Amino acid sequence: MIKKIALLFALTFVFISCNTDDDTTPTVIMGCTDDGSINYNSAATNDDGSCVFPKLTFSFSHNWDGTNVAASDFGDLNYTNAHGEILSILKLRYLISKIILHKSNGDTIEFEGYQLVDLTDESTLTFASDLDVPIGDYSGISFIYGFNEADNIDDEYQDLNSVNWNWPEMLGGGYHFMQFEGNYLDGTGNPQPYAYHNGTARVSAGVFEQNFIEVELPAITITNNAIVEIKMNLAEWFKNPNTWDLNTLNVALMGNYDAQIMMNENGQNVFSLGEITQ
Amino acid sequence: MKSNLAVILLLSIFLFSCSSSDSNPEPEPEPILGCTDPNSNNYSSEATEDDGSCAYGTAINLDIPELFGNLLLPPKIPENNPQTIEGIALGRKLFYDPILSGDGTQACADCHFQKDAFTDDSKQFSVGIDGSVGTRNSMPIFNVAWNFDEKFFWDGRAKSVEDQAFGPVVNPVEMKNTWPNAVASLQGTNSYPDLFLEAFGTSTIDSVLVTKAIAQFERTLISGNSRFDRHLLGEDVLTESEINGFAVFMDETKGDCFHCHGSNSNPLWTDNAFHNNGLDASFTDNGLGDITGDPLDIGKFKSPSLRNLAYSAPYMHDGRFNTLDEVIDHYSEGLVFSDTIDPLMKYISDGGVQLSEEDKADLKAFLLSLSEPGFTTNPDFQNPN
Repeated sequence: MIKKIALLFALTFVFISCNTDDDTTPTVIMGCTDDGSINYNSAATNDDGSCVFPKLTFSFSHNWDGTNVAASDFGDLNYTNAHGEILSILKLRYLISKIILHKSNGDTIEFEGYQLVDLTDESTLTFASDLDVPIGDYSGISFIYGFNEADNIDDEYQDLNSVNWNWPEMLGGGYHFMQFEGNYLDGTGNPQPYAYHNGTARVSAGVFEQNFIEVELPAITITNNAIVEIKMNLAEWFKNPNTWDLNTLNVALMGNYDAQIMMNENGQNVFSLGEITQ
Repeated sequence: MKSNLAVILLLSIFLFSCSSSDSNPEPEPEPILGCTDPNSNNYSSEATEDDGSCAYGTAINLDIPELFGNLLLPPKIPENNPQTIEGIALGRKLFYDPILSGDGTQACADCHFQKDAFTDDSKQFSVGIDGSVGTRNSMPIFNVAWNFDEKFFWDGRAKSVEDQAFGPVVNPVEMKNTWPNAVASLQGTNSYPDLFLEAFGTSTIDSVLVTKAIAQFERTLISGNSRFDRHLLGEDVLTESEINGFAVFMDETKGDCFHCHGSNSNPLWTDNAFHNNGLDASFTDNGLGDITGDPLDIGKFKSPSLRNLAYSAPYMHDGRFNTLDEVIDHYSEGLVFSDTIDPLMKYISDGGVQLSEEDKADLKAFLLSLSEPGFTTNPDFQNPN
């Protein structure tokens, strides 16, 4: 009797083994089945919800025609603009919004929120997102310098109101896009202030023109968590296509329509894609 | 060598296995964090370790003006010093009590009068208990919970309202006391130990609790109901002069006041930041520069709020201007160059932007519409002693 039972057991074992070997029931391997994730398992047959996707941090760096500019450089009369004025920087704050990653098939990943970059506040020099960004090729990055028309709403953002970032209603309202200030040396070598403030352009009383810039940066490939550097060349604000004469355009520029439009034109070339660390 | 290592590893695993399963007692239970004081509001009978979270007194919210609530970030209240009815009442009593000073003659309120929006009468500099004269104008006190950067005093040297309150008690030209002495005086009274017990759960007074209570009271000193506020809320009508004055204030080519002093969008009427506003060619008082050590900060002082100017003369960190007319004249034609002057101070070679007499008068009228008579008479802020 015992022998028979043992035989039965042995046979059962053989049968089960056979089944497995024959592959009539597919093997179940749990894991991450999304090839856009960092922990993609090509052998996995069933997704177990474990997929982890790359996250992006945008970092904002600043240079004057290639020479790095940081808050520690403030006050130094170190820079010469295209028109020939020697100048210092004492303040640089600007607004970036609506950062979007584009795929060649038209899909987009939009990063919520906005960033008021202030060179004197290190925490504002990076913009981290917890949005999932699948591994792959992206055809470009775009963002808005300032706010676009839909976002540039009077008094809408408590954090920006609290740091006095508003643009006067008489000039179209909403928010500043940039405050870039310092001193330049005039014809007699005396320091004079400049306040290169940019925002909505006032055409005439009650008539305003959108003045934000939609910046488009080239393609990137994401392979892991990444820090994407966005560079601003400050010299460009004074250079191309309008050679900026600080002797005539220095302060009280907010309501100066021509100056505001020239800022927009020069601003088209100030941003570029820097290093991608991943 | 490799096989030896392997043996050691195997043995180690064996030994570890043995010791964990056989000889070790149960691991220490994780402490349960919470408030362990049965007299607190949030006593946890299960907590085995106090985490400093005990709360005392009766919680009460700040009375936030409608425009502040709509436009600004929430007020800053430290987690370790929540507002309570008992804490505020204690702070108010302390604020008005000369017991904190070295000779028992001078209270906070003796240099910060409610009728003056909590600055010091019409004095340029306040006088300490021994007759010493300070070097800066007493600051008005209101809306301190909305100072988001939490830099207090004209030079930003204090890092919170609580931190600020530590200063005057021991300042040799002000109350000229020591904290041990001030605390001993309070401890020796009949009333204070019980009041501290009600507010903070202990009748053992210390300087930290004194400043916490004063800070709680100061955070209730909120001014947000001026005629201009009511105008923005559609509840009051401004004069033509006031409306034009506001336009001068907001016009970058005229007053350009809004870059540092708020606006209808920032009803604090200050950026709470530090600027050199062109008062002097050189400095005997370096302001922020002495605190940060940064040469770029020399001659910078905090932008004060423009609320309640009707009560807070004289003006500037050193109280040099007795009237608003003098202040406006300064920005219009009195600016003086120095190395750290703010770039927003323009046309300095002409002394400023040269406002017309009419614009000056209108600007002044507008500025005065930011004053709130009710703030200076609010019974909740008066001397309770």
